[in-house]
Amino acid sequence: MTAAASHSPPSGFLARRLQALRVWWTMLVICLEERLVYRGDFVLGTLMRFLPIVTQVFLWTAVFGATSTGSIAGYSRNDIVAYYLLTMVSRAFSSMPGLASGIARSIRDGSIKKYLVQPVDYVGYLLAARIAHKLVYYAVATLPFAGVFLFCREYFPPIPDWTTIGAFVLSLVLSFLLGFFMEATLGMLGFWFLEVSSIVFAYMLVQYMLSGHMFPLDMLRGIPTGVAGVSVADVVRFLPFEYTAYFPAAVWLGKVQGAELVRSLLVEAAWVGVMIVACRIAWWRGTRRYSAFGG
Amino acid sequence: MHNSSQPRTDAPSAASEPVIEVRGLAKEYRVFDKPEGLMASVTGLFNRKSRVVEALRGVDLRVEKGEFVAMLGPNGAGKTTFLKLLSGIITPTRGSATVLGSVPWERTDDFRRRFALVMGQRNQLWWDLPAAESFRLHKEIYRIDTPRFERTRDELVDLLDVRKLLLRPVRDLSLGERMKLELVAALLHEPEVLFLDEPTIGLDVVAQHALHRFLAHVQAERQMTVILTTHYMKDVAALCKRLVVVTQGSILYDGSLEQIVDRFTSHKIVTLDLDAPPDRAAIDRLGFPCEIRGPQVILRIDRTRIADVLPGILRGQGVRDVSVEDVPLEEIVAEMFRSGSTAGTDGATGAPR
Repeated sequence: MTAAASHSPPSGFLARRLQALRVWWTMLVICLEERLVYRGDFVLGTLMRFLPIVTQVFLWTAVFGATSTGSIAGYSRNDIVAYYLLTMVSRAFSSMPGLASGIARSIRDGSIKKYLVQPVDYVGYLLAARIAHKLVYYAVATLPFAGVFLFCREYFPPIPDWTTIGAFVLSLVLSFLLGFFMEATLGMLGFWFLEVSSIVFAYMLVQYMLSGHMFPLDMLRGIPTGVAGVSVADVVRFLPFEYTAYFPAAVWLGKVQGAELVRSLLVEAAWVGVMIVACRIAWWRGTRRYSAFGG
Repeated sequence: MHNSSQPRTDAPSAASEPVIEVRGLAKEYRVFDKPEGLMASVTGLFNRKSRVVEALRGVDLRVEKGEFVAMLGPNGAGKTTFLKLLSGIITPTRGSATVLGSVPWERTDDFRRRFALVMGQRNQLWWDLPAAESFRLHKEIYRIDTPRFERTRDELVDLLDVRKLLLRPVRDLSLGERMKLELVAALLHEPEVLFLDEPTIGLDVVAQHALHRFLAHVQAERQMTVILTTHYMKDVAALCKRLVVVTQGSILYDGSLEQIVDRFTSHKIVTLDLDAPPDRAAIDRLGFPCEIRGPQVILRIDRTRIADVLPGILRGQGVRDVSVEDVPLEEIVAEMFRSGSTAGTDGATGAPR
């Protein structure tokens, strides 16, 4: 039996794409099964994530209690609570716990070799694994999320129109991809550095401040950069970070509309594109370096 | 360079294209030495001392289709580096290699679908899932159509008698069971070339035997080209006709298992069983290196002189039994390992420097 003969590659571009999609789908299903092995740990971890939001609500209640204005940077107390709850939704899409450190670990301990030997795309595999991770997370978290939103419903403005909801969903999907490719690229620095945890930590810190996870980015509007007429918020708008937390929340709350909404979505999509390319380059150069120096 | 003076019994046809062809393959690593002590660590932050380690120093090898080659060598000899190069995980510092007509480190998908690498301790199986799931993924990755996949899987699983393990999470399996399933995973896509890096390490004798039987069977049936690295002579004796001995990054010997004995030993081992413990002086008078263990005498006698001296010895007093044997392979190889690269100069092929 000649193995070569039976390995006839599918002909045609479409057939090859379909084949790749099949591989990817199988990976997704298997990643899902793997995720479900640790469901207990997962449920606990998911529920623990709801604790910080409670402290945030208390904090901002105290802040608003101490000021007499009733509005900070255009946010009332209710707006702030709604904002935080919505950034939690954004973060449920964009945050990638363990992605960068996992990649770095597999480089360090050599398990990355498997993906050099097998005819399989590592980034595609990581994406499948992450989608599986997220799907299981949503399955577990949807109910508690719904409970919290129901409980806090009076903080929210009326439900927006369908266009806004559509833009919101689109911004979430893009924020998932953006978060994924940013962290994957970060993890591939492991090809150059033995340990990436301090780099990841620095990234998290910047991310925490500039994504709007810490406070609504509108609050940066009043802070000048030194260049006349340009505030810090104007600069941050062109960085990728705000799209991972602030932006989807702002869309739902109607703070970004019309042409600005379209422009922001395009900037977000452009960042996704940039990070996909960055991730590919990091993988390509990283594996070349790995092959040359270590292995 | 394959030394043409080496007759190779198992090469099907000298004219055919080799499956693996390696020329002057060398790999150097730069390693950073960390001197002892805190002060040294601090100065090391600014001025790291590095040196170049030659893991492989210009190796030549030619392997024909269907050969089962054993690579034997001590730790750090460069065996694993060699397999990593041939499977494209690393790029060489110098030299060239083709496997199935491809340059391995270009890592084309076409090439990667045609070989498999099993590294003793590293698993391609998913740790938390039953092996059946990993197999299913391999089916897609390697584009194996369903009937062929099922046929191959069933055949391999039955040969190794591991059907009942397929649905158990891999983490719950013993090392031997895991290794068997690793092999099944590696062979599902019917690779034309298989690289095995110390497949029997850490396994008990029963599991080793099972693997030997399995590998011998599958290799013969599929006419697969196999390179196996190992520390164990047992693996070599059970599986391979061709032996490549590597130390310090060079090939010391490349040839048949039988020939290594002829080439590297000048004597045979003659064991005499006597009625009673002998007189040391009488044995010494024979003029051969000897060892006395109670009533047993072990002599090392030059091969060319055996026929002349043996009758005289047997006529001596109280010889009950005699055996004449080759020096055990382990001993020869251990001696080769010890003498290291210096032996390369008078070795069979010896890599060119």
